[in-house]
Amino acid sequence: MRKIKSELIKKKIESMVIRANTQLRPDVLAALKKAKAKEKNKLLHNMFSAIIENAGVARNKKLAICQDTGLPVVFLEIGDKVCVDKNIEDIINQATASAYKKGYFRASIQKDPLLRAKRPSYEPVIIHTNIVNGTRLKITLLVKGFGCENKASVKMFNPTTNLADIENFIVEVVRWAGASACPPYVIGVGIGGTQDFAGLLAKKALLRSITKPNNNKKLASLEKRLINRINALKIGPMGLGGNSTVLGVNIKTYPTHIAGLPVAVNISCHALRSASVVI
Amino acid sequence: MKKLTGPLTKAKIKQLRAGQVLSYDGILYTARDQAHKRMAAMINKKQELPFILKNQVIYYCGPNPALPGRVIGACGPTTSSRMDRFTPILLKAGLLGMVGKGERSKEVLSAIKKHKAVYFITHAGCGALISEYVKSKKFVGFGDLGPEAVFAFSVQDFPLMVAIDSEGDSIYD
Repeated sequence: MRKIKSELIKKKIESMVIRANTQLRPDVLAALKKAKAKEKNKLLHNMFSAIIENAGVARNKKLAICQDTGLPVVFLEIGDKVCVDKNIEDIINQATASAYKKGYFRASIQKDPLLRAKRPSYEPVIIHTNIVNGTRLKITLLVKGFGCENKASVKMFNPTTNLADIENFIVEVVRWAGASACPPYVIGVGIGGTQDFAGLLAKKALLRSITKPNNNKKLASLEKRLINRINALKIGPMGLGGNSTVLGVNIKTYPTHIAGLPVAVNISCHALRSASVVI
Repeated sequence: MKKLTGPLTKAKIKQLRAGQVLSYDGILYTARDQAHKRMAAMINKKQELPFILKNQVIYYCGPNPALPGRVIGACGPTTSSRMDRFTPILLKAGLLGMVGKGERSKEVLSAIKKHKAVYFITHAGCGALISEYVKSKKFVGFGDLGPEAVFAFSVQDFPLMVAIDSEGDSIYD
């Protein structure tokens, strides 16, 4: 067994949480710069400049990239030979809350979703756990704002559905999001599993670098096709048009039941924020 | 770039056209979901609001706390459409301008036209950058709402684009 002290995990999570909120992912920044370089319209060019400038201001002044510091979603990968001296979910919640306070990030969590009677707080975060073989401990944070989370969608298709119908659904979800969720977007798509699991796949898909093509060739070409179709919607930055509605489309699949074909779409704003730490 | 200075008047707004890029000096009152719900209920009950709505501009924003030495943390716009159900009531009560991001409902568009008001958008997802334009802030009301409380931001050179003008013309059409 590998013993890991909770204090060490806490410290590592805290710095990762601050980094995730204040430093835009390099792949996203690169995609934004590329899109800006391609943009000939002066107004749209300026919109990209503001987005890129914002990332610089956030990094240099240690400000949150976006005021919506999200409902933090944590992906925990823990080896079966790892032993921690405290409940790891408690450690994650405490460390995340503590980092949000230290970073002067907004508390956005409503304890009671219906009554909404209390001031928003920093806890609880959402935790997804995977038990892996060995002594590895990896913690990833996805800072998901709700402007774009509100535009997520899941559809339960028939197993005999044509790929074209699935593609149309994905494009329509983005059309429906319009200008409200901070385009240009990154689109996470989850195909397979169950209704809830497809949603999780879509979210996990957002963690993959958008500058790296999908390992699966068929999915890679589907991603390319979707990028072209979604860009043809001409939503563009701030909804002002142009050829850049998406920076990337990432698809993740999983086995599913003979009777179904769940498809989930999770939209991320251009401020796609995530970071990982391996302890 | 055209400069717009608050407080707004119907005469100033009449000059603005959808698609126009502006820079604004003046006051913005932050208010989002829960503050809107409360204000609409208070207007219906003829109660006094924490600030006088007439001729003011509301900014759909829930800011981050200020780092030491700064006025405010990241403070970009939130999705405007969530406020749509309350907006016609606020416009009827005298609100002249709104700042947010994204499309509005048909009902909001016709209320803007009817009351000769204006809807602006600002750089979405750029909260850190926008915080640089906020020169001071004052607490106004609904403190129990935490980040959803109402603050008066005094802003300078605040970037705006006219999204729906007083004629009801929209950049999204």
